[in-house]
Amino acid sequence: MSGQTLYDKLWNQHLVKQRDDGTALIYIDRHMLHEVTSPQAFEGLRLANRKPWRLDTNLATTDHNVPTTLIERSQGNSGIKDPVSLIQVQTLDDNCVEYGITEFGINDPRQGIVHVVGPEQGATLPGMTVVCGDSHTATHGAFGALAHGIGTSEVEHVLATQCLLTQKMKNMQVRVEGELGLGVTAKDVVLAIIGKIGTAGGTGYAIEFAGSAIESLSMEGRMTVCNMAIEAGARVGMIAVDDTTIDYIGNRPYSPTGEQWEAAVADWRNLVSDPDAVFDNVVTLKAEDIEPQVSWGTSPEMVTGISGQVPDPNAAPDETVQRSHTRALEYMGLQANQKITDIKLDKIFIGSCTNARIEDLREAAKVAKGNKIADSIKLAMVVPGSGLVKRQAEEEGLDKIFIDAGFEWREPGCSMCLAMNADKLGAGEHCASTSNRNFEGRQGYGGRTHLVSPAMAAAAAIAGHFVDVRSLPANDATHAQEA
Amino acid sequence: MKKFERFEGVVAPLDRANVDTDLIIPKQFLKSIKRTGFGVNLFDELRYLDEGEPGQDCSQRPLNPDFVLNKPRYQGAEILLTRRNFGCGSSREHAPWALEDFGFKVVVAPSFADIFYNNAFKNGILLITFDEDTIDRLFDEVEAKEGYRMDVDLENQRVITHRGEILEFEVDEFRKHCLLEGLDDIGLTLKDEDAIRRFEESHRQARPWLFRQPA
Repeated sequence: MSGQTLYDKLWNQHLVKQRDDGTALIYIDRHMLHEVTSPQAFEGLRLANRKPWRLDTNLATTDHNVPTTLIERSQGNSGIKDPVSLIQVQTLDDNCVEYGITEFGINDPRQGIVHVVGPEQGATLPGMTVVCGDSHTATHGAFGALAHGIGTSEVEHVLATQCLLTQKMKNMQVRVEGELGLGVTAKDVVLAIIGKIGTAGGTGYAIEFAGSAIESLSMEGRMTVCNMAIEAGARVGMIAVDDTTIDYIGNRPYSPTGEQWEAAVADWRNLVSDPDAVFDNVVTLKAEDIEPQVSWGTSPEMVTGISGQVPDPNAAPDETVQRSHTRALEYMGLQANQKITDIKLDKIFIGSCTNARIEDLREAAKVAKGNKIADSIKLAMVVPGSGLVKRQAEEEGLDKIFIDAGFEWREPGCSMCLAMNADKLGAGEHCASTSNRNFEGRQGYGGRTHLVSPAMAAAAAIAGHFVDVRSLPANDATHAQEA
Repeated sequence: MKKFERFEGVVAPLDRANVDTDLIIPKQFLKSIKRTGFGVNLFDELRYLDEGEPGQDCSQRPLNPDFVLNKPRYQGAEILLTRRNFGCGSSREHAPWALEDFGFKVVVAPSFADIFYNNAFKNGILLITFDEDTIDRLFDEVEAKEGYRMDVDLENQRVITHRGEILEFEVDEFRKHCLLEGLDDIGLTLKDEDAIRRFEESHRQARPWLFRQPA
């Protein structure tokens, strides 16, 4: 018999019941909640007169709707000007009070984007099953956890039963081998993967990211990669446990201590795919081939390297793709064969559950330091992923670097990644964004999103158009320091 | 959930691949704390010429005459025919809520995104998959014939096209059963309450750190 993949192991450790019809019940260790996808689930519990199965598994925070200016935030919930958003945030607060669920509310220093908060608190541990009513829950898979994004009916199901009713997925391994070049980051790696396998390439699979380039990433970088598994169609992305994982987890509020820590670490060491494990699909990329990436279209698979150009729809492999590309260029206001470095930007967004952790802010700050954003940039904003990330960045003086360069330094939340609050693009505006989706209208009605790494976004802010971060002096200095 | 019964309905063709959930229901409408009322904002950015806001009277908004669902011949459509990877992107269940509220009972496509697939079935929407060639042919037929209808028979896992052609489809047993009976997942799972409790206890013994709370 062949060995088990990491996914197989996590699945088996949580399997409550396998049914004859192919569905299975798996036990959920951690349930994260936010204000957008939970109100109808609590309402469902109430209507059916059901109670949550286990309270201590749940951790809630408000992130999608919250305003990000200090002036609004200093007033707590009453600073939320949009009355509909306010009701939604208030509803989560009320539900958490009613049921006794731990919540980091708007003014709690631990508040932030749910996928930043969980790992930061040690509430995401290796070997856990983690779910949240949010497709970017795959982020938590970076810890060798089995993390699924779920819908609201499933949120209600998990609240009521502590289980997810699901089917086992197939195993895919995406290997990135070799050494990443200067200025090439986790974001570029995952965009390159999506560019290669497409937005439906991972549908039906749990993806394990592996290979020497993945192993070399920090936990922040690994979270960036797993975060975007869904952009390749996979509900689940994960990375095996190693020293980097274990070093990150130590001494966090929810992390085990003492003897329990020793036992846990011994257990976590097994959270790797066996050498003889068989994957249903293996895709390999060479790290040396990956350059800083920029998305040019309206799907994350519409992406290319910084030295590339916007494709010609006439060169598309089939008619459906050709039509998609034609429509995308029209929406984005771009021409076939236009150079990526010729794309001019109006706004810059550094933030989101993909790229709003401390390392992301450091990378952007290195590029911004001592520079000024271009006159043509209408708004450049940095939105830290959590109150704790913000505090750490301020302790390191990153806020000052950004403010001196002309960026706005904001309060934590999802912000312009999906523009449910006041942070949005105007019609026709081009934005260099460190977020995860470039869908039509995602960042505002008619807005044009280009997905990039934090360093690429900062560099674009200064130049006013896309530039290759590899050519910047900041990068040489970075490497010299690290070496 | 209502039981899914055999019906015959008008087919509307949405000729676009990778229709994401942001397109199905834009984010500004996710602020509602209800499950209903999303139908008027289904495909909002394609359907109207202005930018939609929550709570608007949509009957006063300018319609995009070129959008398929605004064409008189597709009024009352209950079956949506579309292209590959429908429902990709976010996990928002507001997407199937909007489709259902609008009146769609079935979506037919070459493939669907995973989370959307789950969410749709949990809201009584049947998703049918046919190969690309069949989908191409159905697009041609629907566009050629005004008032094109399909008979959807989940029990026998087949649709009968306007021309009388029978197309069989696959659907997993559990989902089919839940749809036909209008079953609630939670009630079914709670029948295994004892098994869940037993599992939970042994899981806690084996890995107590997974149950740890901050000091």
